[in-house]
Amino acid sequence: MAEIILKDIRKTYAGAVEAIQGVSLEIKDGELVVLVGPSGCGKSTLLRMIAGLEGITSGEILIGDRRVNELDPAERDIAMVFQNYALYPHMTVRQNLAYGLKNRKTPKDEIERRIAKAAKTLEIEPYLDRKPRQLSGGQRQRVAMGRAIVREPAAFLFDEPLSNLDAKLRGQMRIEIKRLQRSLGTTSVYVTHDQMEAMTLADKLVVVNAGRIEQVGTPIELYEKPATVFVATFIGSPSMNLLGGDSATDGWSLAPNFPRPSGSFTIGVRPEDLTVVAEHAGVGDFEATVRVDGIELVGAESLLHGRLASGHDLVFRVSGRAAFQIGDEVKVAAGRETLHLFDAQGRRATLGS
Amino acid sequence: MQPVVFPNKILPYVLLAPQIILTVVFFFWPASQALYQSVLREDPFGLKSGFVGLANFRTILSDPAYLHSLEVTVVFSAATALLSMAVALLLAASADRVVRGRNVYRTLLIWPYAVAPAVAGMLWLFMFNPAMGTFAYLLRRNGLVWDPLLNGNQAMLLVIIAAAWKQISYNFLFFVAGLQAIPKSLIEAASIDGARGAKRFWTIVFPLLAPTTFFLLVVNTVYAFFDTFGIIHAVTGGGPARATETLVYKVYNDGFVNLDLGGSAAQSVILMAIVVALTAFQFRFVEKRVHYS
Repeated sequence: MAEIILKDIRKTYAGAVEAIQGVSLEIKDGELVVLVGPSGCGKSTLLRMIAGLEGITSGEILIGDRRVNELDPAERDIAMVFQNYALYPHMTVRQNLAYGLKNRKTPKDEIERRIAKAAKTLEIEPYLDRKPRQLSGGQRQRVAMGRAIVREPAAFLFDEPLSNLDAKLRGQMRIEIKRLQRSLGTTSVYVTHDQMEAMTLADKLVVVNAGRIEQVGTPIELYEKPATVFVATFIGSPSMNLLGGDSATDGWSLAPNFPRPSGSFTIGVRPEDLTVVAEHAGVGDFEATVRVDGIELVGAESLLHGRLASGHDLVFRVSGRAAFQIGDEVKVAAGRETLHLFDAQGRRATLGS
Repeated sequence: MQPVVFPNKILPYVLLAPQIILTVVFFFWPASQALYQSVLREDPFGLKSGFVGLANFRTILSDPAYLHSLEVTVVFSAATALLSMAVALLLAASADRVVRGRNVYRTLLIWPYAVAPAVAGMLWLFMFNPAMGTFAYLLRRNGLVWDPLLNGNQAMLLVIIAAAWKQISYNFLFFVAGLQAIPKSLIEAASIDGARGAKRFWTIVFPLLAPTTFFLLVVNTVYAFFDTFGIIHAVTGGGPARATETLVYKVYNDGFVNLDLGGSAAQSVILMAIVVALTAFQFRFVEKRVHYS
């Protein structure tokens, strides 16, 4: 049980490539923090720096009030779950679980007790005497988790642990990880590139981009109030529609009394916030007319891809099966409270009133 | 797997022919000749030979010199294989840790493999020759009575080191490849699990190298049995007093120097049987303990 604090962490590789450009973050005791970002953004590097597998160029990492910059991975009291599980192939599941404890000179009966407990929690008891190659992907994943929890560390680090599983299993394991983390109450840092996984798992979500933190907050905060254009497009699926400038000739417009900021700006509207309105209704603060050029049926709802007069795409969501055909002209609108406004630098601008 | 069917009936055989011809000419033919010759006895002038059954084998197996040679071979082969593999593993593990200039180290360490056995033997002979060798001089100056020309154990040590040295590069190459094939995350997991240095090496890295090690064990044994002829020939000529006369060297000596073709052929048949048995044993028993990922 511990807090993890990062103070202005930087990582510079030879050749002056700054992979991590000053990251500060506080992770509270028992919290599940998810680092999310596109591949190559530095989220895995950040995790590996916490684990001690990557050196720190400058800054300070504290785990449970203890500066760990100079400590070996083994001394940091953390356990890590790797993307490819990294199970020792020549050992049985039991030996895999026991290895870290044996190295720490844990008494034998204590090792037995912890393995039995972890095996029960993760339902891997039948496989304890098998080798990893005799297990399926999901079972290996559980063993990898088991190896982390028997250690009873101060913190768990997850490096994209579910990305090698198929979609269905991934959903299931996601819920199990969340439940397990809740019941153990262990501080956890979880890295993923999957925003859906990030949204559902996180107590606190950290969006990382190009070696910097874009925004920190609860998943709902990030969804409802993205601080930057990057966060706005990264969180939520399908992504937010972003439109620059406004003019009737582009096929969309804002209400005349809409409080526009001075200078250029970008308006963002989520596909789920757009509603189809009658031809000459003139109701919303945001209105657009699009020609439908793609329909995706996703069961309970349909995603419609429309094209504005300006050539931009606009995606919107209708419930049930869409009563539209490709080529139809549709008018959509959105209320003021659902619109997101970004300034020329891509930062969130507050809407007046 | 779907069986592949070639529309052309002859082409597959043509494509296989080079390998089959090579195997037949350089393996089956000599081997069958050895088998055939081993039951013949040639008259002293090489004019005619007669069938003698297993008499050659009886003579050999009751010959103390042959049994001595067998003993020498066992010591020599085991020591050569172990030494060359151990040193190669040490070098590979060290080279794996080097970040800067690792390719340079690797290239340099692979070079000895390109040296012909006889030349390698000559190099070692010169270095340790009691009359003119630099190292022999150094050894003697430090109070060691060094004379591989008279001392059988020293001669043995010299050929073992020379033979092992020659093979280190080959083993090194495979160990380096084996080390590179170990996923980095496994090493990282082990370091998080609190295993460092020698412990990590013996509990994680070495078991994962087992397939490589096993393969090299087979190859090195066969190497020590057969390919070291050139080195022994150049360094000691089997001496002193047959102290370094291995089976393969004795085959040559009895057959081509002493011109006992029948006896020499019988020896090579036994040698063949030994290597077949050894390899079979290695596959049957050692391989069981090997983990293939």
